[in-house]
This record gives sequence, structure tokens and C-alpha cells, in this order.
Amino acid sequence: MSATAERGVNALREQIDAPVASFFSSCVSCGLCADACIFFQETQDPQYTPIRKVELLRRVWENEYTLFGRVKSMLGLGNTITEEDFTEMERLVYDSCTMCGRCTMVCPVGNDITMMIRKMREGMSAAGHAPVELIGAAKRHTKGNSPMGDLSKAIQSQVKHAIADTGIDIEFDKAGVDYLVILSAQEIAEYPEVIGAMAQIFAKAGVTWTISSEAFEATNVGVQIGNRDVAKYLVTRVVEAAEKLGVKKVISPECGHAYQALRWEGPNLIGREYGFEVVHIIELLDQLRAEGKLKTSGKDTDKITFHDPCQINRRGGINKEPRRLLNMVAENFVETDDAGTMNWCCSAGGGVGANERAGDLKNAAFQLKKRQFEKVAPDKIVTMCAFCHHTLENALEDNDMDIEVAGLTEMMAEYLDDED
Amino acid sequence: MNNPYFDLLMFARGPLFDLALLVFVAGILIRIVEILVLGRKKDFSKAKGKPVQQGIKTIFTRTLPRPGAIKANPITIVGGYVFHIGFFIAFLLFVPHIALIEALTGLSWPGVGRVIIESATVIAVIAGLALLYTRWKDPVRRKLTTWVDYLVLILSLLPLITGYVAVNKLFGDPTFMMALHILSVDILMIVFPFTKLMHAFTFAMARYYNGSIQGRKGAES
Repeated sequence: MSATAERGVNALREQIDAPVASFFSSCVSCGLCADACIFFQETQDPQYTPIRKVELLRRVWENEYTLFGRVKSMLGLGNTITEEDFTEMERLVYDSCTMCGRCTMVCPVGNDITMMIRKMREGMSAAGHAPVELIGAAKRHTKGNSPMGDLSKAIQSQVKHAIADTGIDIEFDKAGVDYLVILSAQEIAEYPEVIGAMAQIFAKAGVTWTISSEAFEATNVGVQIGNRDVAKYLVTRVVEAAEKLGVKKVISPECGHAYQALRWEGPNLIGREYGFEVVHIIELLDQLRAEGKLKTSGKDTDKITFHDPCQINRRGGINKEPRRLLNMVAENFVETDDAGTMNWCCSAGGGVGANERAGDLKNAAFQLKKRQFEKVAPDKIVTMCAFCHHTLENALEDNDMDIEVAGLTEMMAEYLDDED
Repeated sequence: MNNPYFDLLMFARGPLFDLALLVFVAGILIRIVEILVLGRKKDFSKAKGKPVQQGIKTIFTRTLPRPGAIKANPITIVGGYVFHIGFFIAFLLFVPHIALIEALTGLSWPGVGRVIIESATVIAVIAGLALLYTRWKDPVRRKLTTWVDYLVLILSLLPLITGYVAVNKLFGDPTFMMALHILSVDILMIVFPFTKLMHAFTFAMARYYNGSIQGRKGAES
């Protein structure tokens, strides 16, 4: 076995635990996970059957963690893993999986295949088989402050704009406030309106908040690439900034994998509980709504539909909150088929969007969303993930569909009640 | 004894059955322990939902397919249900089987009549053959299936087929057929711990883990 393949196998070995062993022991190869996968649905190519994408993890488990497998390995009959195996799996593990989690929901024996893909990526990246774009993003993020490069000037200028637009003061690094806002690079670069939107909503609701000049970016390419060290390093940055400022809560932005990384993986990456709580911006807005601190007036009369980001709804548990909020401001809210927990991915999550090699597959996968949108024929699609927002906007344009895409936080701010 | 197959029957239900039962029970225990000792790391994230309750709930709720799933995979899902239900009716509700289980464990329960047992057996065999067919024909399943998967499915059908033939004295020597029936059960028990037949036990663990992982996040499972 080559040195890189060995590193990959070592990384996979570290990923094996009782859930993984129970999943592989239970799989009866029924193939029902295939229909749950957007890439299989749109290509009908059996190689995209989700459980096949974790084959190397399964082999490590079988060879080393089952009695029968160990006996076979000792007799030289084990199913060893080679460099070629890693090469072959690359496109399945990174290009044809957005870690959307639908397979995990349909498996009759209950296998969390998506969680195993996350683990599989640890082995792939250790073996040197992660997509170059993701490796580049990881380098930029660990050396600088965002996967897009240095955004420290951009954030300063976007905050200045927000102050000028709203007339509300926003202070960096303000100690003693309740909330720390962090943003996704996509928001800072492409959708900075969200900063002003939050400023307006929080001013009305009496929420005290700040932005850290050291850790203002929430994305985490480490969880997409499958590199615990990178993921841990990036999470630690936010954790240290939040604990230094002494905030009670950190607001996870409208970004799917950032929520997954910060809220659910983060404490396990650093190996302890946080000294603060993490709340998703939409959870917070819904809480403010329930407390009567978020009031709106008027409603959008457009036909509006909602796109559920996989990592926030299906894999994050935030399902009813955005719908309660949207119903406050949308007069004509129509759901697409499968909306909610079983919604289909925007087609580019989990690192697929950054991966140029996956371009054709991504376009093929979007056709499913396209048909769903065509059926509803909305004027506007609202979502709560800046990357879904970005993906949908571009894909709609590529497919000559004239539908506006908007972030939910901005939309709430637009209809904020001006009365005191 | 005049019947030349009597010794075979005695061997199948005697020493071989005892050996098969030992492999079956010890094998399953080893496999389960082998999974549990791997453990899982403590989760430091603050739970939003109720992981333990949802894990237990998911063991049961995952029995039902999601809306639309049957339409997409009718043979696998309907065939799967019918095969499992038919198999367990024939296995657990046939009076002579209950008598055997009582002799081994002391536990017993009422059985059902021959008509139900035989109908269940026939329907389960048809369902099993349908599952075999879709494994062979459907490109997704064909690509996933290994020779062990085919073997295991065939081995699971043999006790049903041989049992039906033996009980109804359809053809062959009845003693020989009964010996074959018990031999097929012995073989099934012996291969059980080494194959995907283990899902009969580990599915509950897998569903529990799935439900508890999702439940911690307050997400559905």
C-alpha cells in the first residue's frame, strides 16, 4: 500500500465507531437510498447509489473490526484498499454528494449514510484526494480570514454601508453585549444587505450585538473537505473570539454548513462545551417573534415559495421557524413538493458548488429543483442559506428562469413595523 | 429402522442442530459485542431535542416507508414486507415449531391453523422470488448485490420450500424431505452471524443511532 493510501486508511480507521459498525452490519443492499439521492434521480446512474459512496469505510470496518473479516485478512483474503480505490471514489464522495441527508431519512434499517460520507471524506482528504478547489479554500481560510481570501477590509466597508443605510450604529469588538454576529463569506461578498437587516431588526427588538474583527466569518471548509484539523482550527477562531468578548450567544448566519460546523460539530472538534450558546439567525428571529419583539406590517403580495437548506432543516432541525416568519410577511406563500424535511438540495451544497469538475453533475441535479419551481411558478424564492441563495440565483439564470431569490432575514427587515 | 434417510434426519435434528444453534447464538452475541465495544464519543453539543427518546421511537417509526417510496420501489418494499411477515408467521406460529421452541426455552404461545401457515409460506416464497428477481434485474440493486446476498436470500427461502414440501408430502421421501428441511435451517443458522442476516438484530441499533443523532439536533428521523 502506498504511503498516501495508508494515511487514508488510518484516517478511516479513526472514524469507525459503534454507529458505523451497526450501519454496515445492517445494510441489506436494498438500494432504496438511490431514489433519495438527487444525483441518482437526475442521472439514473447506479454508481451514485449513496451506500456505494462509503465503500472504503465499509472495507476498513469489515477487514479490521469484524471477527470474520480479521480472519480473512489474516489468511490474505481481506479486501485491501489501494491508491486506485481512493482515486476511483473521489468523484463519488465529493462530486456526486452534497451531504444533503435524504438517504439517511429513507434507509429502512436506519443507516445515517450522510454521516458516513462525512467520515469517508476524512479518509479521502488524508489520502490526498480532496478536490483542489476545496484545498485552495482551506488554505485561504486558515491563512487569512475567509475561504474567499482576505475579507477584513470588505467587512469594514460593508458595515459602514449598513450604518449609512440604516442610521444605526454597529460597533466591532464591543464587549458585554449579548450576541456575536458572524457572517458567511458569501454574505459579505454578495449579500451584505443582511447586515443592515439584522441591525434594524435587533434595534427594534432591543438585542445588543457586535461583530468581531478577528472572527467574523462562519463558514468551515474543514467539514466539507473532511479535515478535522482544519475544521477545528476554524471553529476555534470563532470560539476564542466569542469567549474573549464574553457574549452569551453566537448567531450562526444564513449558511447551511456553517450552522452544522459551529452548532453541532464544533464542540466535538474542540472537545468541550462552549462558554456560550449558538443560535441560528432564523431561530433567533422566531424567538423574537414569539416574544412579541419582532413585529411586521404589510405583506408581500408576490407568489412566494421557500427553499429549505438541507443542513439547516433536515440535518439541523429548523423547519417550522422559517415558515412561521414567512407567513408574517408573505400573503401568497406556496410550498413546493417535498418541502420541509424531505426538500431537495439546491444542487451545490457540501462543497459541490466550488468543485469545477462537478459542474455538469450539479447542472443535472438542478433540473429536479427546476421542475419543482416550474410547478409552483413563484415570483420569488426565499431561503435561509446564502450559498443556496447564490446557487439558485445562478442556476435560475442559466436556465432562463426569471425568479427573484431572497434571504429570509432581509425579507423580515423589509416588512419591519416602523411604529414604536 | 428401514428408512435409509432416518440417520440423516437424526443427524440434522441432533448434533448438527446443536452445533448450528451454538454458532447462531454465540455468533450473534460476538457480532453485537463487537459493535458495542467500539462505543461512540461523548457529544459535547448542547442537545436541542431528545436523542434517547427519538432513538427509541425511530426503531419503530422507520418500519414505515416515506410517502412515495412504494411507488418508486414497489417490489423491494411490498416484497420485503410480505417476505418478512410470511416468514415469521411460518416460523413462529406453526405448532410443531412452537413445541421445539418450548423444548429449548420453555416459552410457548398459541399457534395458528395449517391453512394460514401454508398460505403464508407460499406467499413468502413468491415474495422472496420477487426480491431475487429485482436484485437481478434492477441496475441499482444488481450493482450493489454480491454473491453472498444471493446466497443468503436463497438460503432464507429453502426452509420455507422444504418445510412446505415435507409437511404436505408433495414429492420425495417424507423422511428425507424433513431431513432436508432441518438441514436447511441448520445451514441458515450457521451462516447467520457471518452475513447480512445480522440485520435482523442490528437494525434496531442502527435505527436507534440514526434517531438519536437526528434527535439531538431537534431534526426529524
